[in-house]
Amino acid sequence: MAQREVIVGSRIGLHARPAALFVRVATEQPVKITIRKGDGPPVDARSILRVLALGAKNGDTVVLEADGDGAEQALDAVATVVAEDHDDPA
Amino acid sequence: MTVEGAVSMQGIGVCPGRAAGPVALMGARPRLPAERPAVADAEAEAEAALAALSLTAEDLERRATATAIPGAAEVLEATAMIARDPSLEESIRSAIAKGEPAAWAVDVAFDGFRALLLDLGGYMAERVGDLDDVRDRTVARLLGQPLPGVPERDAPFILVADDLAPADTVTLTPEKVLALITVRGGPTSHTAILARSLGIPAVVAVADAVSLREGELLEVDGGTGMIRLGVGADEAAATNRSEQQRRAARAASRGPGRTADGHPVGLLLNIGDATGAAAVAKVDAEGVGLFRTEFLYLDRQDAPSVGEQVALYTGVLGAMDGRKIVVRTLDAGADKPLPFLNPDPEENPALGVRGLRTARRYPEVLTDQLDALALAQQATGAVVWVMAPMVATAAEAKWFTDLAHERGLPVAGAMVEIPAAALRAADLLVSCDFLSIGTNDLAQYTLATDRMAGELADLLDPWQPALLDLIRMTAEAGQAAGKSVGVCGEAAASPTLAPVLVGLGVTTLSMSASAVADVRDALAAVTLAQCREMAGEALAGRRPT
Repeated sequence: MAQREVIVGSRIGLHARPAALFVRVATEQPVKITIRKGDGPPVDARSILRVLALGAKNGDTVVLEADGDGAEQALDAVATVVAEDHDDPA
Repeated sequence: MTVEGAVSMQGIGVCPGRAAGPVALMGARPRLPAERPAVADAEAEAEAALAALSLTAEDLERRATATAIPGAAEVLEATAMIARDPSLEESIRSAIAKGEPAAWAVDVAFDGFRALLLDLGGYMAERVGDLDDVRDRTVARLLGQPLPGVPERDAPFILVADDLAPADTVTLTPEKVLALITVRGGPTSHTAILARSLGIPAVVAVADAVSLREGELLEVDGGTGMIRLGVGADEAAATNRSEQQRRAARAASRGPGRTADGHPVGLLLNIGDATGAAAVAKVDAEGVGLFRTEFLYLDRQDAPSVGEQVALYTGVLGAMDGRKIVVRTLDAGADKPLPFLNPDPEENPALGVRGLRTARRYPEVLTDQLDALALAQQATGAVVWVMAPMVATAAEAKWFTDLAHERGLPVAGAMVEIPAAALRAADLLVSCDFLSIGTNDLAQYTLATDRMAGELADLLDPWQPALLDLIRMTAEAGQAAGKSVGVCGEAAASPTLAPVLVGLGVTTLSMSASAVADVRDALAAVTLAQCREMAGEALAGRRPT
C-alpha cells in the first residue's frame, strides 16, 4: 500500500474550493484513494461529503493511501492539492 | 384557505410596475406519500434511485454551464458534486437492501449526511441547504412530482411562491418572470430587494395567494399591491403593452433630482457590483449612494486579499465617470454571516457582532478593505466616500472616520441604522463628514421587528411616525452641521415617500436603478414647501391615500 502524509496547506483547511478541487483530482485517478485525519477511519477521497466531514484544518496532517498500478503517481497528484494554498492571492 | 369567487387580492406592493400573465407556482418540496410501496425488485429500485440522482447532477451541471450570473456557476458545480458523491450511492444501496423503495432510500441516505454536517456546524452546516436541494430534486423525480424551485416554462410567467430564498434567485430574469407574488415576506425581505434590483413588479405578504392555481391569468400592480384575478387574454396583452410604453418613457427620464422650485435632491443608486455600477449612466443618476461590498466576501472561507479587492473596486469605481460613490464597508453578520468574521452562531445575531462591530475582533479585514479602496480611488480618480455600517455611538464613528482618513480616504461617515445613532446624530457628525440612513435596519430596530417577519410587515412600514422622527432628527443634525444626510434604505425608492423624506431635510436619496425615474418625477411635481407640509402630515401619522 502506497502512503503519503501531507500537511494541509490551504489557509481555510480542506473546505469549499480546496475540498472540491481535491475530490475532482481524486476522481480523475485510476485507483481508489482514501484519506484520513490522524487516527480517524480512512474515507473515500472521491466523496465530497466525507472529505468535508473530516474537518481538516490548515496545518493538520492527513494520510493518503492507495493500492495498485499507478498508486504512487495518483498519490502525488492529490498530495499536491492538499499541500497547496489555493487561496493564495495571485 | 381558498377564496372562492374572489376577483382581487391585496398585498404589499414592493416594486412598482404592472404585468399580466399566467401563474407559475414555485415547485414545493416533494412529500413522501404516507403509503410506502413494497419493494419487488431491489436491483430495479437501486437503478431508479441512482438514475434520478444522476439526472439531478446533470441538470445542475447544465445550469452551471448556462448561467451568466457571477458566482452562480461555482455554487451549482459544488451542489452537483454532492449529487455525484459515491458515499451517497453506497448509503442508498444499503437502504434499499433493507427494503426501502427508491424515493425513501434517497431520503434516508441524505438524512444520514444531513445529521453529520449539522453536527460539524459552521460552514458544514450551511451546506445542508445544498444537500436538501439535491435530495428534493431527486425525490421529486422518483415520485413523478414537479421539481422544486423556480419552474421552467417556455413563455414568461408570474411567479407565485411562499417566499424566495437567495438561492432561488440565481436563475430569475425579467425576461422569464413578469412579476413576483409571495405569500410571506415584507417590504424589506430578500424578495423585495431582488425584485427592485431586477425591476420586476412584485407584491409580497399576499396571504390569499396560496389559493392561486397554475396557469391562471392575473394582473399584478407592484405599486399598489393589487392583484386582479380572472383577467382575459386581450386584457393581459393590453396591460403588458402599456407597461412597456411606461418603461420606455421611464428609460428616457433624465437630469438631476430637484423639486418643482429647484431645490436639489441627489438621486443616487444602490449597487452591489460592476453591473450595478454600469446602470448609473443608463438611468442618469448622480452617482452611487450605497455600494454594498458584501459580494466580494460571500461564499468565501477567508477574506479576499488587498490585490483582489483593488481589481474589483477599480472596475466599479471606473464606471463612475467622475460621479460620487458612497462605499459601505463590509456589513457581515446577522442574516449575512461569514465564516471568517462570524464563526460561531449567535443567540440573537441581529443584535450581535455585525457590521462595524466585526472590526473589534478582526480589524485587519477592515483595514485591508480601506487600503484597497484608497488604491482603487488613486487608480481611477473617482470621488469615493466611505461609510461604516451599524454604528451605534459617536466613539465608534470617530474610531472609524479617523481610521479611514488615516488610510487615505478623505471623506468618511457612518450609516444611521440604530436608533442610538439617530438620537445622537449631532455627536456622530463631530467626526463624520456625512451620514446615510439605512431605513430597513432602522425600522427593524426602532419597531423591534425582524425584517423577515412577514406577518409583522405593518410594523416595518416606512411611514411609521417613530421612524420618520428619527430620520428628521438625523437630517436636522446634518443641516445644523452643514453636512449631507442621505437615505439609502428602500424607503428612498418610494415615489410617495421621497417628497416626505426631502421635507424632513434629507439631502440625497439612494435607490435601485428601476426606481430613479419615478422618484425624479415625483420630486419634480412638488415644491420644497409642499414636501415640508407632507412631512408634517406624515409625522402626525397621516399618510396620503
